[in-house]
Amino acid sequence: MIDAVGNPQSVLLMGGTSDIGLAVVEAFASDRPLRVVLAGRPSPRLDAARARLERAGCAVETVEFDARALDTHADVVRKAFAGGDVDVALVAFGLLGDNERAWQDVDAAVELAQVNYTAAVSVGVALAGRMREQGHGAIVAFSSVAGERARRSNFVYGSTKAGMDAFYTGLTEALRPEGITVTVVRPGFVHTRMTEGLPPAPLATTPEAVAAAVVDAVRSRREQVWAPAPLRGVMSVLRHLPRAVFRRLPV
Amino acid sequence: MSSTETLRGWGRTAPTRARVLRPATVEDVTDAVAAAGPRGIVARGLGRSYGDPAQNAGGTVLDMTGLARVHSIDAESGIAVVDGGVSLDTLMREALPLGLWVPVLPGTRQVTVGGAIGADVHGKNHHTKGSFGNHVPWLELVTADGQVRRLTPDDELFQATVGGMGLTGVVTRAAVRLHRTESAYFVVDTDRTRDLDELMGLLTDGSDDRYGYSAAWFDTTSTGAALGRAVLTRGSLATLDQLPPDRRADPLRFDAPQLLRFPDVFPSGLANRATLRAFSELWYRKAPKRQRGAIQNITAFYQVLDLFGDWNRVYGRRGFLQYQFGVPFGAEDTFRRIVEKIATSPHASGLNVLKRFGDGNAAPLSFPQPGWTITVDFPIARGLHRFCDELDELVHGAGGRLYLAKESRTSAATFRRGYPRFDEWRKIRDGADPTGVFTSDMARRLELT
Repeated sequence: MIDAVGNPQSVLLMGGTSDIGLAVVEAFASDRPLRVVLAGRPSPRLDAARARLERAGCAVETVEFDARALDTHADVVRKAFAGGDVDVALVAFGLLGDNERAWQDVDAAVELAQVNYTAAVSVGVALAGRMREQGHGAIVAFSSVAGERARRSNFVYGSTKAGMDAFYTGLTEALRPEGITVTVVRPGFVHTRMTEGLPPAPLATTPEAVAAAVVDAVRSRREQVWAPAPLRGVMSVLRHLPRAVFRRLPV
Repeated sequence: MSSTETLRGWGRTAPTRARVLRPATVEDVTDAVAAAGPRGIVARGLGRSYGDPAQNAGGTVLDMTGLARVHSIDAESGIAVVDGGVSLDTLMREALPLGLWVPVLPGTRQVTVGGAIGADVHGKNHHTKGSFGNHVPWLELVTADGQVRRLTPDDELFQATVGGMGLTGVVTRAAVRLHRTESAYFVVDTDRTRDLDELMGLLTDGSDDRYGYSAAWFDTTSTGAALGRAVLTRGSLATLDQLPPDRRADPLRFDAPQLLRFPDVFPSGLANRATLRAFSELWYRKAPKRQRGAIQNITAFYQVLDLFGDWNRVYGRRGFLQYQFGVPFGAEDTFRRIVEKIATSPHASGLNVLKRFGDGNAAPLSFPQPGWTITVDFPIARGLHRFCDELDELVHGAGGRLYLAKESRTSAATFRRGYPRFDEWRKIRDGADPTGVFTSDMARRLELT
């Protein structure tokens, strides 16, 4: 259960090796002991994530999850809930991909679309079903500012995030009467494994800073959060620029 | 008749969804218990617990307010036999014309008898009369097997039900031992104290035992020399000859109006340090410095908040939590540190009560134990979770505990620290409900079942 001041007892991380996801779990675990379910592909990285959370005092179980295997998602989510209620579910898997390859290579483009959009939708539907059954809970979906307005340099990824953002924004409304909070998180450039080697964008941030914003949003039942917060205003301006201007910006 | 509803406690925090049934008969209750699904069932009264004991996410909640008949009140013995869903307000209105008084009244009359037993509620007269469970000669409990069992204080399941937060079964009927009174008025003495020391002095100089009822409001917004300045009000039920002549004609008149219901329009930040400080200043200044023998009705002396319906709405959508703890005698220093901590924190509390408890009872999860109990309430705000965890440390370090009827945010481990007899309770409960039919959000949160 999430208590009166927003402490959860259990967290499910879909995308069990996500840097931001793990930082969110650690941030919650710094206040209370947590039961954590890591859903991801079995790998040394997943083992390392498990060890890292156990060091932080969490009781960790893992569930095998492959975002590409869409027909397994309902079963994966069922297994993730088998050990008890899930108070907070983090949808934190995704691929950045290589934009230049992706828009010219069908397989690469479809893979991005499948993982970032289709799988996110499939997992979202399954999570919503379980949360409705248990009568409480919070879902946190990691979107991206890249989905708010697609840029030439990153539009394949941006388009998948635009789709998943729209889905979870709608899910927020659908689940609100059910007492379940859905929070859509829109980080900017975050220094993670995903962005390793890329030149950082303005307002670049860290997984820990994003995690702090997410934890605060879950505690106060906020439904949309930008990380860092000033990106909200920045993106609002960028969204409204004429295309002729937007395409000339160095973003 | 059932519907799926979002339920919250009086603090308006932590909403969850459950199927709500409204039993009209004991048979409806046994049917519902038999049909409880894997997420179990719990009874709910008038929803005055601040946290989540009367919620059951994804399961069934029995709204007991439809099972609310006063079956009999014996004017000779003072024994009232009532359904579990009868409110103390109803019981009081029925009993007063017979010259009978409800022995234990919490700060509101809007609680059910079943809830009063489940939380083992106490009032300003704890030091003289104990808690609610002390005045129940028997109760009828629908247990997990669907049976209706009549239990007396000699049964261990009775003791596990008193203070058991509804997790042993559903109280469908109970007997309450009322006591005799000549009037519905109190003779009240008021003392305004400069600080905490003066207050503690008055409460420990032996004078407290001369009064049937005693509690103090204290200020947590003033610091320095005025730290913990307080208004102590103590009184006893008035006898006929203590009443002024104009009240003697109708001494049992139940004078308890509801002035207004608050609409749900208040923003979350309205109750803040500035407004609560102003409120505290006013509350302190309006009290007489020293007054003896004032005649007051129950509302003025006791249940001021019952003047206002839905007063919890003042805290806005984010809600609030009430933090009530008890510490044993000798832990006065801890109490002082907690008041200082609140006064110097960003969190403010307006309604603060200090009371001296008398002896506890035999129920393993009953809250009151000899010592002090303190109640403060905080609007939900950023950082409150850590602040309350720090208060928990101080309270439990001093051998104290938290009151489950108010509790909404502690951890399972901390709760257990305060209740050394928890395992004993758990064994009795598990014996009566081996498959875990009765459960609640609080039970899941504090790992009670």
